[in-house]
Amino acid sequence: MAEIHFTSHLRNLVPDGPLSAAGATVGEALVNLLAAQPHVRGYVLDDRGCLRKHVCIFADGERLAHDGALARRIGPDSKLYVMQALSGG
Amino acid sequence: MSDHLLIATRKGLFALERKRSDWTSTLGGFPGVAVTNVLRTDGVIYAALKHGHFGAKLHRSDDAGATWCELAAPAFPADAADAPSLFQIWTMETGGRTHPDRLWIGAIPAGLFRSDDRGESWQLVSSLWNVPERKRWFGGGYDAAGIHSISPDPRDDDRVFLAISCGGVWESRDAGDTWQVLGKGLFAPYVPPEQAEDSAIQDPHRVVRCASAPDVMWMQHHAGIYRSADAGAHWTRLSPPTDDFGFAVAAHPRLAQTAWFVPAIKDEIRMPRDGALCVTRTDDGGQSWEIMRHGLPQRDAYDLIYRHGLDIDEAGERLAMGSTTGALWTSEDGGRSWALLNAHLPPIYAVRFV
Repeated sequence: MAEIHFTSHLRNLVPDGPLSAAGATVGEALVNLLAAQPHVRGYVLDDRGCLRKHVCIFADGERLAHDGALARRIGPDSKLYVMQALSGG
Repeated sequence: MSDHLLIATRKGLFALERKRSDWTSTLGGFPGVAVTNVLRTDGVIYAALKHGHFGAKLHRSDDAGATWCELAAPAFPADAADAPSLFQIWTMETGGRTHPDRLWIGAIPAGLFRSDDRGESWQLVSSLWNVPERKRWFGGGYDAAGIHSISPDPRDDDRVFLAISCGGVWESRDAGDTWQVLGKGLFAPYVPPEQAEDSAIQDPHRVVRCASAPDVMWMQHHAGIYRSADAGAHWTRLSPPTDDFGFAVAAHPRLAQTAWFVPAIKDEIRMPRDGALCVTRTDDGGQSWEIMRHGLPQRDAYDLIYRHGLDIDEAGERLAMGSTTGALWTSEDGGRSWALLNAHLPPIYAVRFV
């Protein structure tokens, strides 16, 4: 299960400390996680299920390019950070 | 006369209350978050938010802003044509007296959303989204077209008028099942000449109507100001003796010949002429005008008043106006003099008496 951390900007929606979710890609792990946290889904993904324009994901220390972020393959020990991109303000 | 104001700003929601002759303000919620509009009805406040990173959201307070709960924001269904994502809630309006649980939201992109359960759930009004004219709509100030003015007819709440930048003015007579584009007489100089009278590409910056004479509507258009006496079917361009560019307009709730506008130098500049802010008023349907400056900054002022930044209370006695530079004024005498309440608010998106 990948370990997923969220930006402190979402602290009122997501508990402090990492969450975990299964998935072979960033997108699968996020969808699985957000299914259990449906009130958070719209903050990370837009109406179409795309990663929001100004949400930035790091996987195992690498900042992922926005367009391919959800398709990035991850392993069972991967560590993800869901952060706000500074482009968003 | 209303003694309460809600102010939606780039950095939160503010509430103002007038006691004796002084206004006091409090931060009503969402510090640091853009509040794109606000609506109060039957003691409930709805706040539309736009997080820089996390999208457009909708919140409701049942206790005058002391606490808030998040509602599901309107969303475009996955099978909607072109399936966009909600960018911004631009306006919120009530459904009228006969539909106390109904709310309307106008969005960017230009989706109209309807709730019949006080905002608990929302449906895209697909009949408007699917009009063939939508292919000709385009963004004005934003990447996509948007709905900023929604007005149910107080004589018939199912007869709904709305305005789109840039997509013209529309009417439904069946609560949104079918739509007709209106707007004969409007003129768009920003397209090739043969398209200038196309009703579906007009840019009405803001449209309001007279509450007691609902066929009378006033429009601040991208290129001029207009009045309609037949609920938006036909429009007459008016000629104030100053700039006729701007965004905001207010209609007197009882006097069908009276309205206010806030002029700025036209579109490529968007600032008060000579750095001197003024408000214009007509009391005869646009035949003659007063230019009112008392109490407003007359030098080095670059305030712009956005679409929802000017309001008049239900009694028609008090005006309020908020600017992009965070200044907020009220007037007790129909705009002839203004009092500055605060010069240091965040940029103001919407001002509403409640």
